[in-house]
Amino acid sequence: MNKKLKAVIIGPGNIGTDLLMKMQRSEWIEPVWMVGIDQTSEGLKRAAEMGIKTTAEGVDGMLAQVIADDIRIAFDATSAYVHAENSRKLNELGVIMIDLTPAAIGPFCVPPVNLTEQTKNLAMNVNMVTCGGQATIPMVAAISRVQPVAYGEIVATVSSRSVGPGTRVNIDEFTRTTASGVEQVGGAKKGKAIIIINPAEPPLMMRDTVHCLTEDEPDQAAITESIHAMVKEVQRYVPGYQLVNGPVFDGKRVSCFMQVEGLGDFLPKYAGNLDIMTAAALRTAEMFAEEAANNTITLPTRG
Amino acid sequence: MNLQGKKVTLHDMSLRDGMHAKRHQISIEEMVNIAKGLDQAGMPMIEVTHGDGLGGASVNYGFPAHSDEEYLKAVVPHMKHSKVSALLLPGIGTVEHLKMANDCGVSSIRVATHCTEADVSQQHIGLASKMGMDTVGFLMMAHMATPEKILEQAQLMVSYGANCIYATDSAGYMLPDHVTARIGLLRSELPANVEVGFHGHHNLGMGIANSLAAIEAGASRIDGSVAGLGAGAGNTPLEVLCAVLDRMGVETGIDLFKIMDVAEDLVVPMMDHPVRVDRNSLTLGYAGVYSSFLLFAKRAEDKYGISARDLLVELGRRGTVGGQEDMIEDLALTMAKEKGLI
Repeated sequence: MNKKLKAVIIGPGNIGTDLLMKMQRSEWIEPVWMVGIDQTSEGLKRAAEMGIKTTAEGVDGMLAQVIADDIRIAFDATSAYVHAENSRKLNELGVIMIDLTPAAIGPFCVPPVNLTEQTKNLAMNVNMVTCGGQATIPMVAAISRVQPVAYGEIVATVSSRSVGPGTRVNIDEFTRTTASGVEQVGGAKKGKAIIIINPAEPPLMMRDTVHCLTEDEPDQAAITESIHAMVKEVQRYVPGYQLVNGPVFDGKRVSCFMQVEGLGDFLPKYAGNLDIMTAAALRTAEMFAEEAANNTITLPTRG
Repeated sequence: MNLQGKKVTLHDMSLRDGMHAKRHQISIEEMVNIAKGLDQAGMPMIEVTHGDGLGGASVNYGFPAHSDEEYLKAVVPHMKHSKVSALLLPGIGTVEHLKMANDCGVSSIRVATHCTEADVSQQHIGLASKMGMDTVGFLMMAHMATPEKILEQAQLMVSYGANCIYATDSAGYMLPDHVTARIGLLRSELPANVEVGFHGHHNLGMGIANSLAAIEAGASRIDGSVAGLGAGAGNTPLEVLCAVLDRMGVETGIDLFKIMDVAEDLVVPMMDHPVRVDRNSLTLGYAGVYSSFLLFAKRAEDKYGISARDLLVELGRRGTVGGQEDMIEDLALTMAKEKGLI
């Protein structure tokens, strides 16, 4: 029996296309469908050229094929506005939804921190937080697993070219969702998120700074070790994830200065912010597939 | 230059931009006293917020002595004439902060973005305008884009609902010709009912000259700060600008001697360091670096032994923009490692 889970990608934009390219290398996930809403979209054309089934009728254009094609995983790279409906329709057919939009109707998932928990519980909708969240929450968690963190703050700096219109029109959603992720997944009692968009040319690599305030004096050796271990975990799916400086200890403040270089699949290397989202989403799907193959979870039954 | 008979609205920054120079530690009492002094001197508008805008309280920019809400609630009820504004940087503050400020009696909101990224301000400008606030689009680091690009971004902000657009010289880098080109194009191309404003920093000693160029080119709002209290070498010193404008026959409605007294009796005595052009603040203006980086660079110099001037020059070369304060410590660490200091 083929261990690969078959997948649909909704949204043939930059994220969806990058995801498709990464997925073609995956041992666990097989891309079958690319869903768009515009017949003339470049992304749909690209997917068709790569031998993927396409529809420009939204998810409705492929729902009838879900069972026949044995689709088990969906990636939604559209917008928060349409995500809830996409998720409802596909969940009803037993498809696990991985949400790359800021809708966050399902639990947050940051692979090295809580992926196992989400897969073991067979969460039918998991949300990938935000790019800034994927890049920083592992570091907050690396500190909070050593000792209590009273406050976690992240500053994500991204190149102007890598920020799409969806993020721009609702930038508050980024700060709000990331801050809750810093709390709920990172383990900080209070979270804050800041995003800075820089238009420099050539575009700058994504930079992320994590500042945590520990409740008591930080255990420098234990935190340093934990951070280095966590960086290695993230590097398993984002090889260009790097601790540039730190951890710096200053009283109860612990700061780490990260850089995220993308793989450069479809998105340029500087767009590490987008790459870490697609890589984390794929890693999440792969974990579901691995657990299903090991019979540690049972996918929804089909007649 | 003939500015005779022109009218301008001056806007004091000492209780917002001045927060940078005070590491956001202005006391409520100091804030109320200065605001009352400005109100009595006839200052039409004053800004009260964390230096980095609503929601700026953070490790990255500094935790203030009091919250924005506490400052606003303390100051607003004392104002007889002056309107109170607040600053908001999308990406740092959110619409919740905006609503809070409105509830505190703030009647003017200034939504600030980097000069090429105006499209992140739509939700904030849209909401403020819908709530009936005086809604200002504030294009920061305006030296980093051409006048045409500034106009394009200004038009976006106007389309969201802004009734006034600022070209903001956050780095104190501009010379009068730069100001004339940007303000002039905004004034000639934006609708007549949209005001144009200029916000200067004094890092190259050009605060007054640039403000005059802005007025000549059609700006009707000018930011400054009593005694220049602000980031870098400070903002355009308002008492000086008032005296110059008075001599040139420009109407400001401000009592010159009263504002001189606020500067001398209230603001100068509370300065932690003389806000002036020194080698570091001059470097900001020379290299085109965001003015609030000054004290962070000095702190990094003390901690890591890398000169603040070297840090600022490199930050300018890298094209850093407002809000990237985290990159100062990062760069100091990298340079200290290269030099074998750590």
